Amino acid sequence: MREIVTRITEITGSIASLSASGVGLGELAEIQLPGRKTLGQVIRIAGNMVTLQVFGGTKGLSTNDRVRFLGHPMQVKYGESMLGRIFNGSGAPIDGGPDPVEDEIPIGGPSFNPANRIIAKQMIRTNIPMIDVFNSLVVSQKLPIFSIPGEPYNQVLARVGMQAEADIILLGGMGLKFDDYTFFKTTFEASGVMNRVVMFIHQASDPVVECLLVPDMTLAVAERFAEAGRRVLVLLTDMTNFADALKEISISMEQIPSNRGYPGDLYSQLAARYEKAVDIQELGDITILSVTTMPGDDVTHPVPDNTGYITEGQFYLHNGVIDPFGSLSRLKQNVVSKVTRDDHNDIMNTMIRLYADCRESRNKIAMGFKLSRWDETLLAYGEDFERELMDLEVNIPLEEALDRCWGILARHFETVQTGLKDSLVEQYWPARDADEKQAV
Amino acid sequence: MPVTGKVVAAYGNMVTASFESDVLQNEVAYVITGEHRLKSEVIRVRDTVCDMQVFEDTRDVKVGDRVEFTGNLLVVELGPGLLAQIYDGLQNPLPELAEKSGLFLKRGVYLDCLDREREWEFTPVAKEGDTVRAGDVLGTVPEGLFTHQIFVPFDFIGAARVTKMTPQGSYTVAQTVAEVEDERGKTHALTMVQEWPIKVPLRKYESRLLPVEPLVTGIRIIDTFYPVAKGGTACIPGPFGSGKTVLQQLISRYANVDVIIVAACGERAGEVVETLREFPHLTDPYTGKTLMERTIIICNTSSMPVAAREASIYTAVTLGEYYRQMGRNVLLLADSTSRWAQALREMSGRLEEIPGDEAFPAYLQTRIAEFYERAGYVTLGNGDKGSVSIIGTVSPAGGNFEEPVTQGTLAVVGAFLGLTWARSNARRFPAIDPLISWSKYVEQMRETLGRLDPGWTSMLKEAKRLIFAGDEIKKRMDVVGEEGTPLADFISHLKAEFVDAVYLQQNAFDPVDAYNTMERQVYIFRKLHEVLRKEITASDKDDAREIFFRLTALFKNWNSAEWESDEFRKYEEQINDFLGS
Repeated sequence: MREIVTRITEITGSIASLSASGVGLGELAEIQLPGRKTLGQVIRIAGNMVTLQVFGGTKGLSTNDRVRFLGHPMQVKYGESMLGRIFNGSGAPIDGGPDPVEDEIPIGGPSFNPANRIIAKQMIRTNIPMIDVFNSLVVSQKLPIFSIPGEPYNQVLARVGMQAEADIILLGGMGLKFDDYTFFKTTFEASGVMNRVVMFIHQASDPVVECLLVPDMTLAVAERFAEAGRRVLVLLTDMTNFADALKEISISMEQIPSNRGYPGDLYSQLAARYEKAVDIQELGDITILSVTTMPGDDVTHPVPDNTGYITEGQFYLHNGVIDPFGSLSRLKQNVVSKVTRDDHNDIMNTMIRLYADCRESRNKIAMGFKLSRWDETLLAYGEDFERELMDLEVNIPLEEALDRCWGILARHFETVQTGLKDSLVEQYWPARDADEKQAV
Repeated sequence: MPVTGKVVAAYGNMVTASFESDVLQNEVAYVITGEHRLKSEVIRVRDTVCDMQVFEDTRDVKVGDRVEFTGNLLVVELGPGLLAQIYDGLQNPLPELAEKSGLFLKRGVYLDCLDREREWEFTPVAKEGDTVRAGDVLGTVPEGLFTHQIFVPFDFIGAARVTKMTPQGSYTVAQTVAEVEDERGKTHALTMVQEWPIKVPLRKYESRLLPVEPLVTGIRIIDTFYPVAKGGTACIPGPFGSGKTVLQQLISRYANVDVIIVAACGERAGEVVETLREFPHLTDPYTGKTLMERTIIICNTSSMPVAAREASIYTAVTLGEYYRQMGRNVLLLADSTSRWAQALREMSGRLEEIPGDEAFPAYLQTRIAEFYERAGYVTLGNGDKGSVSIIGTVSPAGGNFEEPVTQGTLAVVGAFLGLTWARSNARRFPAIDPLISWSKYVEQMRETLGRLDPGWTSMLKEAKRLIFAGDEIKKRMDVVGEEGTPLADFISHLKAEFVDAVYLQQNAFDPVDAYNTMERQVYIFRKLHEVLRKEITASDKDDAREIFFRLTALFKNWNSAEWESDEFRKYEEQINDFLGS
């Protein structure tokens, strides 16, 4: 039986220190407060002084509360019965159901051996043309949605969750508002996917340390499912809250901040989570789609900046649409026109190039310059492009979206104006009247 | 009797230990936690305790855990069999680790860096009775493309007499190939493998020379405009998404050196995978063998322990110095040195040192300089020449080059290839910005470059002047519009755009355009120069634009035509027709 300590000597922020022996780094401790229990994790040992990060927060913690060390690091339950359930940031169910009877697994496990990795070559269909056609999501990819508060990023995330081809969907919510949490819950329930969803939710009102645990628990469970041969999609929202929680803890640990108060290891901390995305040969895989809100819409802010160096591209969500400029999927080359239709690559580039020209024509309007007939054509094209493809309400499979691209082009341009290869034009360019019917 | 100690404190990956007798700064120690032996390095000694950075996850470390000090600095194993290997930052072979411990990396597992089973065909060079010193050649073994020399250990003190040489035959690296007797009469058994501390430069050469031979990367904007010398250094800073990694991969494929060392330092594992999976199937343009045979990958990606990331860059450069010792030209690609600097910052924070700019330690600049200074072009004892060149990428926060790592690097490198969002967003790849980049090697290699074409440097200057003039005109034009720009200026602008489109930009996905030999670059650049010098007569701006549209298309087609093929000749003739008109 491990000793029970009854004297806490120091309490600051979410950190408590006490004197104990034989305690290992990372070990879990249970603190018995009057009427409730909370967990804490050892983050520093020095002589017989042990520093704990208290998950439940230190509000109301007394210097004579009882602390018991559990002899193991933080764990999370894993098993089939987790499906359809919702847990909080310390792994306790918050959906009113019973505690699942499953084995516990450690969280924050070691890195995947790079020598075991394979080149990702499978596409994940989301039925959102701006993703499928223009920046395809690939199995084992890690992609953030860069956005600002107020944009419908959680809606996009939920839609991808519902529609993506994945066996298991894991949602890690960090600093979620109650409304957003309810939105995810009701959306998943209403669409009937809840039976393959596991949610780990840290709400904005929960203690900040629990926020730090959410990605680790979510990804530990994801890793086990992937090892068991399942295709796992991990949704993380919002990673900026996670980074802010890191900042809060490191400041109260008196660490020297590096950039805008964030700790010097922000990059490593984010990378340790994102790098869990993996395609395990002959087994399952993990794909990560996350949300990073950019304070002040500033992409050079430390959180989006470090994220950009880690992830394989990013989606910019601006004014309610996924912006084709700036958005990038680094892995799309692995699938576009290789596993998708042969016209995919060319049509994608042509549509974007013409849309860029359209934006220039719009600039001309703004500058008060005269418009040529070519400008008029581009403007009409741009409107159709936005209405029929960019709008987030559009929900069609990739092939239909590609056909729609051809339809829009045929409606506005002569074949030569598009610069598309003759062989593709012959095969895919629709007859004019056919498209008019479709448009009506 | 090894020195032992006990853990007294632990925080993150830093462990403080007490010790009994004496310790060395930077010596390797093992923290024994349960069944794990965690490798660590002493980084600070204070009175009776020392601080150590642990190269592994420190979970479960307890106060009172045993610590074993080895008395040795952090070393790498040198010997035949390094080529085509994939190591982590501490020279652990990753594929073998995968066999042993499965999908994930297990902590505290250390394997032989060089295969102990594999046999090598040894040919003795030294003879019994010879007097040898550190760095002298004992014999050779064939390794892949070239002859691998077996040296008397570089840390061997004084002269020694060879008392026994094994005859020619197959031996493993651990078998004794020679016995020598040192000045005090002590006999040493020498094998094909030796160790060298990674943080100490290997300087067993006669003299260091000024780097004057160009290192051809096959990328026009680098080789022509901002060249790197063999034995020189360059840095490639750029914000995320500006194509740093693609550029590094291209250089690792096409550079004309004997050995490439790719140090993936704190970057995505996915990027290494491409090199890992594709290099065994890609052909080396110089030897016809696979690229893997000339490559060593040091892979300490972003989610692997951060202290090992700090070591990985030194591991890589030490392996490079070893092959230089055999008269080889080595290129080290370090991607990214910012992650290495961040590892320094993390440890510095844990040590509670007074921080410098952006919390980087005050000694950052010195460490960067020390690292890049390990590059060099040297003459060896036997008169052969060898080189280690270093090209490091930098990932500046927010794409702002004013940050400490970029600035610290710029102060010590010979060439600066700056990538910008302005160019990558405009899809102008490689996104090296000609307006901000520079290379000191243009002047330094003036004589060698003059051999390509006597007028090389002056042609270069003219072209650069034009690029800058074109930029000025473009800026003016953005304000006053095309209408307010004189035709002559407009043509200058078109010329600059033309140079950019057909020479500075290069299509990495076109099998021919992706890589240009120096011969081809000189040939094309001369022709380009003729175009630039030619007086263009156009009736108006539209006419001028039309002319350059045509020229650009011609040159682009010429760029994708196989060297000296019929197609190549065809386009060249059309260009000549234009020049003659």
